[in-house]
Amino acid sequence: GMAANKAAKEQKYDRQLRLWGDHGQEALENAHVCLVNATATGTEILKNLVLPGIGAFTIVDGHKVSGEDVGNNFFLSTNSIGKAPDKLLDNDPEFFHRFSLVIGVQLPESTCLRLGAVLWNAEVPFLVCRTYGLVGCMRLVVREHTVVESHPDNALEDLRLDQPFTELKNHIDSYDLDSMEKKDHSHTPWIIIVAKFLEKWYSEHNFQMPKNYKEKEAFRELLRQGILKNENGAPEDEENFDEAIKNVNTALNATKISSTVEDIFSCDLCDNITAQTPAFWVMARAVRDFVRDDGNGILPVRGTIPDMIADSEKFIKLQNVYREKALQDASVVSKHVESLLQSVGKVCPPGYLLIMKFFKCVFIISGKNAAFLRVVRCRSLEEEYSIESVNKDEITSCMDNPDSEMVLYLMLRSIDRFYQQHSHYPGVYDYQVEEDISRLKVCVNSLLQEYGLSVSVKDDYIHEFCRCGSAEPHTVAAFLGGCAAQEAIKIITQQFVPFNNTFIYNAMTQTSATFQL
Amino acid sequence: FALCLFREKKRRKIEALSEKMAVDEGHVACGGDWDGRWNHLKKFLERSGPFTLPDFEPGTETLQFLLETCKILVIGAGGLGCELLKNLALSGFRNIHVVDMDTIDISNLNRQFLFRSKDVGRPKAEVAAEFVNSRVPGCNVTPYPYFRVELRLTLTFEYFIARRWMNGMLISLLNYENGVVDQSTIIPLIDGGTEGFKGNARVILPGMTACIDCTLELYPPQINFPMCTIASMPRLPEHCIEFARILQWPKEEPFGDGVSLDGDNPEHIQWVFMKAQERASEFNITGVTYRLTQGVVKRVIPAVASTNAVIAAACATEAFKIATSAYVTLNNYLVFSDVDGLYTYTFEAERKENCSACSQVPQDLQFSSSAKLQDVLQYLTESTSLQMKSPAITTTLQGKNKTLYLQVINIKRSLVFSFSLSPSVLVSLTGAELGLADGQELAVADVTTPQTVLFKLNFTS
Repeated sequence: GMAANKAAKEQKYDRQLRLWGDHGQEALENAHVCLVNATATGTEILKNLVLPGIGAFTIVDGHKVSGEDVGNNFFLSTNSIGKAPDKLLDNDPEFFHRFSLVIGVQLPESTCLRLGAVLWNAEVPFLVCRTYGLVGCMRLVVREHTVVESHPDNALEDLRLDQPFTELKNHIDSYDLDSMEKKDHSHTPWIIIVAKFLEKWYSEHNFQMPKNYKEKEAFRELLRQGILKNENGAPEDEENFDEAIKNVNTALNATKISSTVEDIFSCDLCDNITAQTPAFWVMARAVRDFVRDDGNGILPVRGTIPDMIADSEKFIKLQNVYREKALQDASVVSKHVESLLQSVGKVCPPGYLLIMKFFKCVFIISGKNAAFLRVVRCRSLEEEYSIESVNKDEITSCMDNPDSEMVLYLMLRSIDRFYQQHSHYPGVYDYQVEEDISRLKVCVNSLLQEYGLSVSVKDDYIHEFCRCGSAEPHTVAAFLGGCAAQEAIKIITQQFVPFNNTFIYNAMTQTSATFQL
Repeated sequence: FALCLFREKKRRKIEALSEKMAVDEGHVACGGDWDGRWNHLKKFLERSGPFTLPDFEPGTETLQFLLETCKILVIGAGGLGCELLKNLALSGFRNIHVVDMDTIDISNLNRQFLFRSKDVGRPKAEVAAEFVNSRVPGCNVTPYPYFRVELRLTLTFEYFIARRWMNGMLISLLNYENGVVDQSTIIPLIDGGTEGFKGNARVILPGMTACIDCTLELYPPQINFPMCTIASMPRLPEHCIEFARILQWPKEEPFGDGVSLDGDNPEHIQWVFMKAQERASEFNITGVTYRLTQGVVKRVIPAVASTNAVIAAACATEAFKIATSAYVTLNNYLVFSDVDGLYTYTFEAERKENCSACSQVPQDLQFSSSAKLQDVLQYLTESTSLQMKSPAITTTLQGKNKTLYLQVINIKRSLVFSFSLSPSVLVSLTGAELGLADGQELAVADVTTPQTVLFKLNFTS
């Protein structure tokens, strides 16, 4: 029955649950995605969302299947809503409001901009994808996407050696390295060792941390001297001291708040909490209040330590010192959440589980993730396309390298222009290729002129974009399908960080770039 | 009124397209092809372009080559394999061979889309071939749910070893004339790998560009926890799980004599889980879960459909380029990650001058004259540039071929050693005691390479 189903699902999704957890999976299964145009690219994106368990999808596509569609599309017996997106935009634009995310594939520019405007106003995230010959392009359009669980790759530890909290200080004081037996000495966690020698260093250096390479090297030497010696005066094998020495570089960094997080704290949404403020901002503000009132300008303690050479008891005791402090800090933050909500007339029961329930969200902001909060804001398509706000600097500086992926972006904008003028894409038929090259060049030049871009587009690219005749080769569609699906999953699960905001893939060179346009 | 006109134009244009399609297409090609089937590909094969290779000639021959002649071998019908088969089939490749000795598991179904729950337990290669052959008319995927191995020993074919083995096999097929490789004997190898949200794709032209072993240091071996930590000083839940797996299971044999731990048997995992929990509570360690236990025991690598789709697509694009010369091939390594935005990095991995697989020169080994055979074995297995699994060493002494070392797994009959000494005694002997001289050549066989690797012993004093 239900239990068996749940077990089977856990098995089936095991490999991905290890990446985004049960709560991420839940978000995925509650999502409803809209795909506009079930081309090869579209169905590839959809496949990569259906496989991990997306809750529901709707396809909007007014085209009839042709022979060439069955040639590049693995899934071509789908039922789609047989209405063109333009028709829906004419008659029922609010149709699109119900979706967690709309993915538009192979859209002509006019449809794209119309749909973009509707979704921007409705605050529905919009992912635009296109495969054009050996080029893939994605554009993410979302006003503001907040990420609590960004899962950074190489995060530094939060050890507080530069400003140990009271409980940590007491725990460090409970050690007396000089009076320890060898067994204990060799199995003392390196964090304790560094802390102890730091105290020694402070007393000789006016309470200043080792700052530059020279001082850190001197500190390492101090640690080396601390290694026990055998009866012949030779240093014993103490791996924990080796670890301490190796970690000096990172362990002695000053604990401080990153500029990314400071920027989040100084946002307007953080300043002005109202009854409508989303969960992310209420919780961010609560952490900010903690930083100011309780944390001495520092975030709540993260509470984890890396594994290190130590006996079980010493390690677990030290780990618990950090863990308990993290729990304490979390409870203070949660009190700030409650009082913030109270101040806008809301009653929230105490404790984190209930706070999550109250906000109907699957995350809480605590010491565990506060240092890694991210906010992604993408400009609207209108801003990108408007002459007043086009990102000229980005375009011209990238085009210093005439083979930069930026040239592919300019070509895609140009073939859109071509389509507007000639009602077909360049070079679709063999007989068109030759004459379309010069017509496309005219479009390129008019585009550059209109936006005041003094850049030069090599003829080779104009030729290539005619040669490919707006083909949608399967392998390029598949590449983009993988990329787009994962970005969609990021938006839906609010885990990992989406790109901002234009991604170009060049299958000819197997290179890519992301531009903020 | 203007709107109607636009729609009218559009409808006519779509109809016109279908008509023109037939005219452009010419006559229908072989194999049950329909009008327009290969239109997307033909743009790249029948037209000249500014980025093609010098030897590219636009025309119908290249498509015919893809459809009728080009033979391609796909190793693995799993996460990457399923995607690859689809990609190749829709790119015109028809003569496809796929090898996979594995059977379908329920945990595959979140990404290996050629399989359904009814297929669980069946060989991957067979089911994959069936699906593609029926979905893509004219495609002929031949499955090999087995792989004939020259060695007589039973081995578990870990995926990475398979890669190195294939790498060595292709290198062994090369012909050299006057030290220069005969290009007609080169079989290109496209290799892809993924892990979570990261992946890589590379193109190897054996004998010409960096091979798998040239960059072996990019793939350091998995680190196992030190035994003393597991045995007496656990700190992490993983240590407790390894304790149950490595020490308690062999001792207690909970499911019968000689029954080894099967990571796919939930009852086995449950046993390890409970034992690990007991151990953890003894040391006040938290965090042992069933999922973690399974992950540690099976060495699970997290996986999703999207990363596999990206890497397999890149690989298939390269296959298309190599087969058609329509564009310059990747030269030669692509790295991908979409944890934070999307990131790719493309670089040229360099050949290693003394690569044990492709450099054709005997590898120099330096050891002190007091070193034991044990030390040689340790070097062969632990060196990041060799990473052998269980090397078998032979050498020529007094004109006769002698086996210095051979690790026996799962073989009931006894082997006669050339020295009439047990392996455990042999490995404690020094070079001199074994009769080895400075400059002695050792031939080493291992599962990581289909050819023996030649080493030259240099004794330093």
